[in-house]
Parts: sequence; structure tokens; C-alpha cells
Amino acid sequence: MYNFEFERPSSVDDAVQSLGGEALALGGGQTLIPALKQRLNQPDKLVSLTGISELNGISMLSDGRLSVKGATTHATVAEQAREHYPALADLARHIGDPAVRNRGTIGGSLANNDPAACYPAAVLGSDATVVTNAREISASDFFTGMFATVLSDNEIITEVRFQVPSSANYQKFLQPASRFALTGVFVAKFADGVRVAVTGASENGVFRWADAESALSANFTQSAVENSSVSPDGMISDLHGSAAYRASLVKTLTKRAVAAAS
Amino acid sequence: MSKVTMTVNGRATSGDVEGRTLLSSYLRDTLGLTGTHIGCDTSQCGTCVVHVDGKVVKSCTMLALEADGAVVDTIEGQANADGSLNVIQQAFQDHHGLQCGFCTPGMVMSAAALLKDNPKPSESEIRKYLEGNLCRCTGYHNIVKAILAASGQDVSVVAAE
Amino acid sequence: MPKDTGIGASQKRREDVRFLTGAGNYTDDINVSGQAYVHFVRSEVAHAKILSIDTAKASELPGVVQIFTGSDFEGVGGLPCGWQVTDRYGEPMQEPPHPILAQEKVRHVGDPIAAVVADTYAQARDAAEAISIDFEELPAVVDMSSALDDGSVKVHDNLKSNLCYDWVLGEADDTKIQEAFDAAAHVTTLELTNQRLVANPMEPRVAVGDYNRASDEHTLYTTSQNPHVIRLLMCAFVLGLPEHKVRVVAPDVGGGFGTKIFHYAEEAFCTFAAKACNRPVKWTSSRTEAFQTDAHGRDHVTKIELALDDANNFTAIRTHTHANMGAYLSTFASSIPTWLHGTLMAGNYKTPAIQVNVRAVFTNTVPVDAYRGAGRPEATFQLERVIDIAARELKVDPIALRRQNFITEFPYETPVALAYDTGDYHGTMDRLEANGDFSGFAARRAESEAQGKLRGLGVNCYIEACGIAPSNIAGALGARAGLYDAATVRVNATGSISVLVGAHSHGQGHETVFPQVIAEMIGIDESQVEIVHGDSSKIPFGMGTYGSRSLAVCGSAMVRATEKVINKAKKIAAHLMEASESDIELKDGTFSVAGTDKSVAWGDVTLTAYVPHNFPLEDLEPGLEETAFYDPANFTFPAGGYACEVEVDPETGHVSVERFTAADDFGNVVNPMIVDGQVHGGLGQGIGQALLENCAYDESGQLLTGSFMDYAMPRADDVPFYSVDHSSQTPCTHNPLGVKGCGEAGAIGSPPAVVNAVIDALQSGGHDVTHIDMPVSPGRVWEAIQK
Repeated sequence: MYNFEFERPSSVDDAVQSLGGEALALGGGQTLIPALKQRLNQPDKLVSLTGISELNGISMLSDGRLSVKGATTHATVAEQAREHYPALADLARHIGDPAVRNRGTIGGSLANNDPAACYPAAVLGSDATVVTNAREISASDFFTGMFATVLSDNEIITEVRFQVPSSANYQKFLQPASRFALTGVFVAKFADGVRVAVTGASENGVFRWADAESALSANFTQSAVENSSVSPDGMISDLHGSAAYRASLVKTLTKRAVAAAS
Repeated sequence: MSKVTMTVNGRATSGDVEGRTLLSSYLRDTLGLTGTHIGCDTSQCGTCVVHVDGKVVKSCTMLALEADGAVVDTIEGQANADGSLNVIQQAFQDHHGLQCGFCTPGMVMSAAALLKDNPKPSESEIRKYLEGNLCRCTGYHNIVKAILAASGQDVSVVAAE
Repeated sequence: MPKDTGIGASQKRREDVRFLTGAGNYTDDINVSGQAYVHFVRSEVAHAKILSIDTAKASELPGVVQIFTGSDFEGVGGLPCGWQVTDRYGEPMQEPPHPILAQEKVRHVGDPIAAVVADTYAQARDAAEAISIDFEELPAVVDMSSALDDGSVKVHDNLKSNLCYDWVLGEADDTKIQEAFDAAAHVTTLELTNQRLVANPMEPRVAVGDYNRASDEHTLYTTSQNPHVIRLLMCAFVLGLPEHKVRVVAPDVGGGFGTKIFHYAEEAFCTFAAKACNRPVKWTSSRTEAFQTDAHGRDHVTKIELALDDANNFTAIRTHTHANMGAYLSTFASSIPTWLHGTLMAGNYKTPAIQVNVRAVFTNTVPVDAYRGAGRPEATFQLERVIDIAARELKVDPIALRRQNFITEFPYETPVALAYDTGDYHGTMDRLEANGDFSGFAARRAESEAQGKLRGLGVNCYIEACGIAPSNIAGALGARAGLYDAATVRVNATGSISVLVGAHSHGQGHETVFPQVIAEMIGIDESQVEIVHGDSSKIPFGMGTYGSRSLAVCGSAMVRATEKVINKAKKIAAHLMEASESDIELKDGTFSVAGTDKSVAWGDVTLTAYVPHNFPLEDLEPGLEETAFYDPANFTFPAGGYACEVEVDPETGHVSVERFTAADDFGNVVNPMIVDGQVHGGLGQGIGQALLENCAYDESGQLLTGSFMDYAMPRADDVPFYSVDHSSQTPCTHNPLGVKGCGEAGAIGSPPAVVNAVIDALQSGGHDVTHIDMPVSPGRVWEAIQK
């Protein structure tokens, strides 16, 4: 690692003040620290968000949405979201491993937008709103491609507000080495329709599978997507699976998510 | 350099560290607690697992300054007060849950965290919990068996024969 | 009844206490006062000419002690290869130089170009980034078959081609082997890849060099399975140092699996630089570096043909393999695809005609050498896969086909240069059938099918040759080292014993097992015996631990030395009791005179040896310490049968191993608990090879699997509990303990069982799939189903 200054402010305002220039915000560090070890980036300062109590916690909002503060760890979501949004808790319970879940945060995961990360599927699948120190961003606007989001350099994710569906499920098929999602599908059934968000599969990162959404909105059963398929075009093809394989997984996992959510 | 203080295995410690100093380096290099190992650089192997404020973390993926003021427990602090092996350590010896010993500190620390939350885990819960701890020697058989035994469960059914 | 002490007892390991409390002493835990740190600048391209290296700016940076490049090593030897293979035309293999730091060219990603020694590791790395290197990138040689094309770019400009050797064993006459195939009633052919693997012991490699100006002595602390071998190779071939001025210490070693046998550039560098810089120099490999520099394993591309007569007897085997050597010849690289692979092609079967052809190829990849099993897994996999396919083609039971062709009379001379001393392949197969509950398989399959899954059962046999020896024969075959081992049994005055052994445990439990043997021989408590290992200044000599050899070879030396000790002790006891030496018996640590009640305790005799007031000084020297070197008369031949049951999810292609049953014949067993553990570990790695692990390069020679993010290591939830059984025992006939070795069996025997099971599952689902190359990943299974 290159050396850097370390700050651990206790408020979002102070954190924002500290950012700027070559400084980077540090959530749980489970992706950033390994990247720093490889000297892939050279921040002059890391601003830790873990000392900010207002960035931590889970609560139900009066409008029925579930609020997860930006520096809440995966372990906390797995435990505390269970009664409010079991599918989200279950997703969090399968990120990384126990040690990673104790450090990694939802804000860090979303800001990084790894194309194989789990949270983006839940955020997009739940039509969530990403709240930063500067604005509110709808999930459909937030993700702009592999490792890319609309966040600006000194913007901090302070909260994610999830619409809570009547039923939902996340199916994660493991990439056997990294244990990220080789493909993951989040299916959420709302009163006004079904959302299907896919991670791990596309070269453009998380996406919604529109065909399946309309089919499932009409008929929320596995057989509804039997005649739908995802095109392998634009799917990731690598050592762990071809584009066609990933496209096939999208359908299989969607069906399984529907079955589990039914 | 910044000053960091933390309670490690029940003792107050302090040292001067850089921003980039990892918790694992602080433990190994500053405190000489070399039982915490480094086996990879991608946060996958788990040989560096310690407890920070009672929770398992990978000490190679946490800055020392992030643990400022924390209570840290490492493998060196696991034995009973009289120096004898604790229940988990003893089960690892009794059931040959280690060979080269390099992954062992991380395994024991993970097992301790698991059993604290889940005193009678099933075989599959143990295997799942160890997702972040690689072992290249044992094929995991005797590690899983040792943790089952440490939780007081009957392991005669998973005897080798 | 299981014993609770001595040979046959499942003693808990004494070394565990330090490992379980964080008190282990691994090489990276060693810091020498005043040490500097080295960071290597490594090639990021697979093949390039180095035009210039500019270190001027880097050398001005804070903390930099010295920067080394290839030119600093011009007068220094390169890393040697320890085995010269002679090709089928009688010519020696092509053997390129292997410099410590690249000279003129880099030949694989990770090849070291320069080394920066600095006060801190971070400073060394900072300075390394300030070194500017001009390259002319060259096309990379990656694919083995095109590497042999006329006109291919050459990895080594001074060699004739990229062919290291073209070697043949068994029936060398192509016409004659063809005749056997022409006469066959049935021929089964299989083309396969035995993929490249990375050993990945959890402890990355480390080297610390230290130099004492006063005594002109070097000390190297290193993560090695065989410190004496490192000292010999480094002194004699690389640095030209006198061995008596060099001490090599390997403290606790965090796993090796073969990859810590070899002499690596970093070891020689740290030894050299410690003197050049007049400071201790430490190198700790990152995992990223480990992927780029630890010798890899396997990497064979093979075509095997099996001929059978009309009664399904095997009549001939012909196998042609391309074996990847990588960019340079690692320490034992050349011997793996030849003498450790070709010689095993008879397997457990009486096949009269066998031809093995191996063409070893240089490519712009990390060198390939021994990895757990080393050649024998490659032989076993192809043989046991082709037999399984033959059974399917002939519609016969795969176990029956194997049993029908088993070798049953021993000793047995194979057509491929080995003489099996003993074995009972029906015996292990009986154990396998008993433990594997094959009769319950149909019901388990039905249960899986009810869940939408396919279930398969795969079975195979294996044989391995362990404890490689004897030295004179190995030497005739090209070995440049002896293959004996040594032990000194040093009895202290009070009767306790230090045993200085040449084997070096890196997880095998020698500290527990070796004392069990001596304690049993003398009849004293095991706690009275302690072994010393891993330090060239403390032990007489040793070839180290690899190839499942420790107990079979070094243990035999220890037995011989102990016998010498006992013989001398009997003389002393006879003197003390004024009896004839021939009447002295030793039992339970007491010497007695046969037919009398006279006795003297072990401790009285040992004290007498060192306080020789009443001692036959005219006939005997005082003291009680003996050394033995043991050179085995033959290999040992562990063998067995393995069975795997898998469940395949036909929608995702995911394979889960539901049951694994192993029945091994290791001859006599000293510590059954440890033997079980060795098999478990081998099975974990074999299942890892079968389903998960794959070291892959792209066509430009970039490593695609450079970290645990892409190289899939088996984890706890990838494997089941295993059933292991080593109760079928035919003791080795030529070593004193009758032991055969157990370290590699699991990794050798398990990959074909897994793949055979997957194919069985897919066929049961109506999918016409005959073979899937390893790793049988979900994506590959799914693709196979689609075809």
C-alpha cells in the first residue's frame, strides 16, 4: 500500500469536509483495502465512515420503506432486517463470509458496484432509493455500468431506502473461487408488479429482466418464464462460465426465486 | 505516524503506526503476536482471523487505526487461564483438526465465534461458516469434526472408518 | 484392540499445542536484527527482450540499500535441474539456464528482473516502481502443441526448439505396439487434459538470508521441505559456497505439497544479498507472487488408448502426452512426467504391452514441477478414465472389468520398469465395496431423481510408487541426487533420546510419529524421545519430505540407527551384568539375561555409556549415539480403490460430492489417526482438482487465475465427510517397518472417481457424455449437457 492519512470523523458533515482531492471514503474496506494492497489506487487520505453513528442502523420508515444506513454492515442487515424484509436479510447473510460480513457495508458495496456483488440486485429489485449527503437517487439511475455509479467523488451514501415487497427471494449461484455471484437473481413481488434484477451476468453490471417482469407480473409462477429467455449478447464470458451459460442461469435462478418467494 | 491503542488479549497495548498499517501487521510486527498469519492478499484465506470487539474479522483487511480503542482477541489469548488448551483447541488436538498448523489460528478463532452464536451447529452450518477459512491440509474432515466435538455433539458417527 | 502407545497407536500430536496457541515458529515469524527487505520487480509480460534497466532514480529513494539486476549475477550459476532425462534417441534433454534474475529476456509473467533491498518493505516497493525497464515484447509461447511447430517462437533462443525431450518407456517400437492394437477385439481411446494446478500451501514462501562476517558463515531461513537439498543445490550449483559455511534452516513449514521441495531464486538471492549488503535480507511472498513463482503442477495433454481382447482382458496401452515444463526446468521438473508418470501406466493391471511417450515442452509460463502425487495422478487419471469408458462401451461392470485384470501375483514386473513387491487389489476393492454401500446406491439415486437431480457412482483403483529409490538405479535413470535418508539416534546420559532426522515435517506429524517407533523398539515412554529436524547444522544429512517417503525411507534409517544403539547398549548391559551379550534381551526398557532374574534398566545402561566407570573401554567407545543412512532397495507401492457419489443439478451443472469412500493399502500403519488425516487431505485436493481448481493462461501468457478470487480452492462446504479405511494391509517387503507411505494417495486416487461419477450421473439422465475435462465445473457440465 502507498501510505495515506487516516481520519475517522464522527459526523457525515465532517466526513464530507475531509473528502475531496485524492481522499477516499472507507466503508468496511473489504474491497478497498485489498485494492490498496495491490497499489491500484493512491489516495492521500482515507476517511473512515465507521465512526459515524448516524450512518449505522436499520429502521422502518413511516411510509413503509425500510431504511438501511450507509455504513451498516452486512451482518447487521442479516440480523436486523430479518423481520422487516427477510429476502434482503437473507441476501446479506450470503455475502462473502462471516468476517467479511462483520466489516463490509451496504454503502461501500453499492459505491463500488462490483458487477458480481449481491446488493445491487436487491437495490434495483426493490426500487430502492440511494440517499447521499447531497441528494436522493433512484435505483434505476444509480448504477451506470461495471464498477460505475452516478456518485461524485466526495459523495457519501448515507442511507438506502428499500420498498418492501409482499414477497421476494434472492438466488445466488456462486463463482467457485471468489464466492461472489457468478449470477444472482433478485425477484420481488409488489402490489403493482414484479421486479427481477440480475447481477453477475451482464458486462454492464446489474440489470432488470423486463420480459420476466412482465410475465411474472401477470402470473407469478415458475411456468410464466418458461418461454422467456435472456440473450447471451452482452453477458460476461470468462473462465467460470460462458455467456450462454450465464444467460441460462438467469432463467433458472429466476424460476427458483419465484418458487422460493411463492 | 499516529498513535493507536487497543486492548489485546486483555492487555492494554499501544504503538505508533502509519495510516496504512494493517491490524495484522500491528499484531505481528509491533506486538510480536505471530500466531495471526498472512496467507493471501485478497481477504480470502482466513489465516488472519481475529476478534475485534467480539466479532470475527480478517485482520489483514482492517487498518490498525480502525481498531483504535477496540478490544482485540487473538489465538494467543485463547488458552485457559492455567495455560491448558481451551475446549475448541483441545478438540482440534483430539480430532487431528490440524496438520501444518498455518490455517489453525484462524480456524480456531472462527470456530470460537461460531460456537458463541450457535452453540450446537449442524455439520452444514459449520461448513458454511468456514467459508472464509481455507485449509489445504486436512480436507476439512477433522476440522468440522473437531468443531462438532467442541460443541459437545457426538462425533462417533463421523469416525473415520 | 487399538494400541494406546507405540506403533499402531493413534497418538495425539505433540506439535499441535504450539500451533493451537499461536506459538508455531514459521519462517515469516523469524526476524533477524538489522534486517532489510527485498522486493522483486517481476515481469508483467510473458515473453520479452529486456532492452535496458534504469535504476538510477530508484536508488536515490529513501531507505534503499542496494538494487540488483541480472548483471549482478553474471558470475553466479543458475538454478539447477536435479534430473537429466535421456530422450528416446539417446540424447540428453535440452536444459536451458535458469538465472536468479533475468538475463536479457523474461520468459514468464513473474520472472524476476530486478531486486530492491531497502530498510522497509514499503520502501523497497516504492523504489521498485521507480525502476524503468525498456522491453521489446515478443510473441508468447503458451499452447504446447503449437510450441512444437516448426518456426514457433522459441522460449530459449539457444535451444534447438521448445522440445525439452521426446521420451519413451515400455515398448519403444511403434510397429510392435501397433500390432497389439491391430490384434485387439476392442480399443477405447480418450483424449484429455490434466489441467495445471497451483499447490497453494497456506503459508506462502519466505526466505531470510543472514551473513556473519566474523565467521564467514551464511544462514538461510526458508520455507522448505528439504533444507539439506537446498543447501546442496545452492552451494554447489548456484553460489559456489562451501557447504560447511552455509546453514539452511526450515522451521515450522505451513504446508508444501511438493512446491516447497524446489530450490528457488529468492533463496539464493537472499543468501547472496545478505553478504553483498552486509545486512540480513528478508523476502516474504505475497499470494499474488506465489501464483506467479511457486512451481505449478500437472499440465498434461494426453491421448490414451486401451486395447482389450474378446474376453475383455487388457492387452495393450498406448499413451502419448505433452507435458508442460513452463519457461525453465524447475528442480525435479523433468522427472515428473517421465519416471513418476510413465512408470505408473500399468496401474493395478496385468497389461502385457505398454508404450508411454512423453514430449516435454517449454512455454512462457511458470515452471511446472511436482505437486502432491506428481506424475502419478496424471497416470492414474487417464488409465482409470479410459477403463471406465471401456466398461461402458463393452457394457460390463466397471468393477468387474478391473477385478478381471488385476495383478494378483507378486512380485510383479511391469512392462514399464517397476517391480511391485506386494499388494492385494482384490482386498482393497473388497473393503471399498463393503464401506461404499453400493447396494444402497439405487435407492439414493431414486431419491436424488425425485429432487430433480442426477446421481452417479464412480469407482477407480490406483497404485503409486513412493519412497523413490534406490539411488543407484535412479542415478542410472538420470537423477543427480541420492535418494536415501539419514538419522542419528542420540541417547542422552539420562536415557532420553534426540533423534536427528533428515525428513522434515510440514504437517505430517513426524514429531509424534517417529518417537512412537523408537519408543516401541526400546520400550520406553514416547515422551523420552524427541526429534530434531529442519536445520542443516543439527542433523547429519537429509533428503527431506516429499513423495510419501518420510517413514518408509527416513523412518527406516531411524530404525537402523536405533538397532545399532540397541546392539551397543546390549554390550554395555552384558558387561554390567557380567553375562554374554547373546543372552541379553531388551523388553519394556529393561535389559535382562535370558533365563535369569538379572536385569538392568535402560537408564542405567545409558548413564554407564556416558559415565563409563564400569565400562568395557577396551572393546567399546563410551557414549551412545548412532547414525544410519538408508537407501531403499525398491519403491514402495501403496494402492487402493476409491468410490465417489455425486449429485448433479442438470439445470445449473453444479456437482456436489455426496459420499466419498477410500480403501487403501499402506502396509503397516504407525499412527492410524495421522494416516486418516493424510488421506483426508489428499482427497480434499483431489476433489479440488476434479471440480474446482484450474490454473489458466490466456494466449498472451497472462495468468488468468492469479489470486484466490479466480483460482477456486476447495472449501469446507465443497466436500463431505470421507470414509477412509486402511485395514487391508500387505506390508512392504523391503523396509524394516513394512510401511508404504500415505501422503499422496488421496490426491492420486480421487480425481478419476469424481469424474467417473459425474459421467455416470449424466448418462443416467440420458445425456450422451463420455468425458469432461477437469475441473468439471458447473459451466462445463452445463455445456456438455447442451451438446
